[in-house]
Amino acid sequence: MIRRPITRRRALQGAAAFSGLAAPMLNTVTTYAQSGAFNWQRFKGQTVEVLMETGPRADLMKKYQKEFLDQTGIKLGIEVIPEQQARQKVAIELNSGKPSFDVFNFAFHVQKRQFEKAGWLQDISPWLKDPQMMPAEYELGDVSKMGMGFATTSDGQINALPILCDYFMVYYNKELFAKKGVAFPKTMDEMMVAAGKLHDPAAGIAGFVGRGVRNANVVLWTQMLSGWGQETITNTRPLKLLTDTPDAIASAEYYKKMLSSYGPKGVTGFNWNEAQGLFMQGKAAMWVDATGFAAPVEDKTKSRVVGKVGYGLPPSGPKGHGSVTFGTGMAIPKAAAHKEAGYYTMLWMTGRAMAGRMLQVGGGIPFRTAPLKDPAVLSTLTVPKEWAECAAGCAPLSMSGLPVIVPVTEFRDTIGTALTNLLGGADAAAEMKRATAEFQPVLDKSEAS
Amino acid sequence: MAGAEATIAAGRRAAGERRLRPYLWFIWPALIVSSALIIFPWIFTIWMSLNDWHIGSKQVFVGLDNYLNLLTNRRFLESIGHTIYFTVLAVALPMVLGTMAALVFHKKFRGRGFFRTLFIMPMMATPVAVALVWTMMFHPQLGVLNYLLTVVGLPPSQWVYSTTTVIPSLVLVEIWLWTPFVMIIVLGGLASLPTEPYEAALIDDATQWQMFWNITYPLVLPFLVVALIMRTIDALKVFETIWAICNGGPGTASEVLNIYLYAQAFAYNQVGTASAVVMVFFAIIVALSLVLLWARQKAKWS
Repeated sequence: MIRRPITRRRALQGAAAFSGLAAPMLNTVTTYAQSGAFNWQRFKGQTVEVLMETGPRADLMKKYQKEFLDQTGIKLGIEVIPEQQARQKVAIELNSGKPSFDVFNFAFHVQKRQFEKAGWLQDISPWLKDPQMMPAEYELGDVSKMGMGFATTSDGQINALPILCDYFMVYYNKELFAKKGVAFPKTMDEMMVAAGKLHDPAAGIAGFVGRGVRNANVVLWTQMLSGWGQETITNTRPLKLLTDTPDAIASAEYYKKMLSSYGPKGVTGFNWNEAQGLFMQGKAAMWVDATGFAAPVEDKTKSRVVGKVGYGLPPSGPKGHGSVTFGTGMAIPKAAAHKEAGYYTMLWMTGRAMAGRMLQVGGGIPFRTAPLKDPAVLSTLTVPKEWAECAAGCAPLSMSGLPVIVPVTEFRDTIGTALTNLLGGADAAAEMKRATAEFQPVLDKSEAS
Repeated sequence: MAGAEATIAAGRRAAGERRLRPYLWFIWPALIVSSALIIFPWIFTIWMSLNDWHIGSKQVFVGLDNYLNLLTNRRFLESIGHTIYFTVLAVALPMVLGTMAALVFHKKFRGRGFFRTLFIMPMMATPVAVALVWTMMFHPQLGVLNYLLTVVGLPPSQWVYSTTTVIPSLVLVEIWLWTPFVMIIVLGGLASLPTEPYEAALIDDATQWQMFWNITYPLVLPFLVVALIMRTIDALKVFETIWAICNGGPGTASEVLNIYLYAQAFAYNQVGTASAVVMVFFAIIVALSLVLLWARQKAKWS
């Protein structure tokens, strides 16, 4: 709770001192490098501190850091911290003006607006246009429009490079479907009927499983909301919540019915890992969640459903068809000590080769199309090809799953509490209206400041 | 005469002061450390609670707005309700059970030392580790608790996954964890009791219950009050078990003050609001401690 009382001026002084220290070194490097075009060795000898959230990206980075050192002469100091703690650490250190890292990864849908309002990130758009700083092999043009959209601030700066996108898809147990003679549902109504047929509490099998726990459950609901063709807030400012519209209430009813009638007991406590656990035990027929779970589901040492899993597009709803999408990116703080070398690290991590590797191990879908079509990558996939095809099919359906606002955690908690209450039997209209009324002032305040 | 005495006294005092003066410097280290570690953070928290302060945006002085907002904040008020509900149960039940356990373990029987050690084991475990074990036991499909219920023919419960049963379930963990603590304190009290009143009571043909109620209870009361104070403060400050088991959920059904505070400070980055909650929390604890200390005075042997 005790914050170091660092004033803005002190922070700026600190940053100035840092860049003052770094400047002479950079100048020499720049003169050296001006002779050629892009040169990976340009910032040789520097050490870059990286903060990564626990997950496949961090594992890949650790595994291949030696290769990066050989290629660039830049040494990486990698710190890996679980998502929640990493988010706190990043916010507090960036606010202090002296972050301990030069590059870090973050979630666009959680942290983007906060960073952009505080002006903490380095604008890299000049470098992206500079042939000395942007190698052709990066294939910047192949990075999807949505990815670049995530990386661009509301005033047109580019202050991140997208690394991974996550769509929502349906994991289903083909064996259970075959046993009950159910076909994979194409519409949300069919999905409800299918869940009813597959639900078999006596055998300990849930027709449907998904996130029910406060906060995490919001994205499962927004996936359902996309079936009504709607997102959570207006696109134009002033931002208004759309979480109590008739469509929002209808989708909340759907969420309530699906999880409380055909979900497992205690689903109000389920996050993705509980849902994943149940699905991998073969105790759930359908599971709707993000694309990143193919690897564990197909892992023989952890899963009992290896080879029986189908990957399907989210079914279409009465008014729309969507797959909610979340993005992760990498960025450099303005106050970082080794910005250029940090930028090189980003180029490498978000580049074509590493994107292919991430795909191969089922660690996530890059914001690129080439690796998804590259036969060299596809032939070495450690997860079924059906998964990659499904992910490619989600791309055109992509919709925003969470509003890009500063208090997104509070948004998720407030709406998430309402959704959890629904599972306890509360009335959908009343809960959604109450939660919306409670959160709108928080949103107004955050946008006003 | 009186004047002269006063002069002498004043002279003595002055001499005393002169003698002490060189040693006054020795106060400084303690003073500096305590102001840096206690007083400064304290005043800074008060200051933060008077500002609208969100990490990443400018701080604005808003006076008492944070406190006024809390007054009408449904989630905050509910969290106070949850805290009281939880505290009452998590204090009363371990107190009763702990006292009973102490009475049992005060009797001499074979293997008493072994069973005493066994009984205080829960207290030695880390709360988070305990919480994780209980989380598994509470699991509605795979948990052992529901299995036990079905074995004796009762319907399975939702435990921490339902808004109505979550707090009693959490109290169950607290009971398991903290009954031994109450037992140890009361046992210490029982060991220090004189034997004469009991001998006199036996001669008078008193029943076991009469001896407990008229002798043991009043004599051991000061120890009970100490246990009560410590248990109450611990229960008010509960965090780890709830956080690790259900995160304040389902929804906000088990969100106690400390968890609400954590969410404000570290999830929403609302430093100002969080500081205001800290101040309210602090006031509640101080007020309650005063009441309990007063009770302790009352309970003293006179």
